[in-house]
Amino acid sequence: MIFEVFRRERKGQPFQHAGSLDAPNAAFAEAYAREQYGRRGESAALWIAPRSALREIDDFVDELGRNYHRVDGYPLKEKLKEARERAGTAGDR
Amino acid sequence: MSAQALLEIADDELILGWRNSEWTGIAPFLEEDVAFSSIAQNEIGHARALYALAAEELGTTPDELAFDRAPDEYRCSRLVALRLVPDWARTIARHHLYERADAIRIAELKSHSDQRIAGLAAKIEREETYHRLHAEMWHERLREEPRYVEALGELEPLLEQRDAGIEELAPLWEEMTMVRRSVPGATW
Repeated sequence: MIFEVFRRERKGQPFQHAGSLDAPNAAFAEAYAREQYGRRGESAALWIAPRSALREIDDFVDELGRNYHRVDGYPLKEKLKEARERAGTAGDR
Repeated sequence: MSAQALLEIADDELILGWRNSEWTGIAPFLEEDVAFSSIAQNEIGHARALYALAAEELGTTPDELAFDRAPDEYRCSRLVALRLVPDWARTIARHHLYERADAIRIAELKSHSDQRIAGLAAKIEREETYHRLHAEMWHERLREEPRYVEALGELEPLLEQRDAGIEELAPLWEEMTMVRRSVPGATW
């Protein structure tokens, strides 16, 4: 049975995926997670969940290419330049 | 507490640590390999701390106590001296029997009048808690398994035998002290 382990490095920080492990049941998973992710003081807390309990979604459709929904790589520089020219403030700075 | 009584516990921990470490790389599955190796390492750490206390009393060093005595001078239980690789059922039976007995011993030491001993026992206890958790989960898993039940019956009487283990201990002692004996007087 595969278990996914999440660890919180310090109190107040978010849990992040640490790795996965193979264990026959939850008791073994707990012991192994302690050994692999907690023994050296590297974690303030762990979450352990059977992989089967996690729901994965990986189908994010974007058929119409509406990339204005996205926040990555939005080119502001050109637009800003045009706006400044229209406003007549291009040479001010 | 006499230095001899400390040595008894230290020898148990050192020899069991060595025997358990024989599983490193060949335990039944990867996660168990990591866990069991780590337990072995802890036991040797406990041995080192206990030897240090005994060494103060005896005017010697932990290394000398661990490695420079003759095999027949070790006070460990016959249970821990047995080489059990590659028998996992017997290994877990020993682990369970040892942790159960060790828990009682460490609990007693925690209320010892010597603060150094009581303090060390409390530290050891915090790690042993996880060893017991590990031993118990395996015990639960194997308790119906005939080979395991048989191993428990076979090994339990050895726990209290402290002077009959020389034939099991001698080959391990050879291996364990080989490097140290290879360069007499070296400080590593």
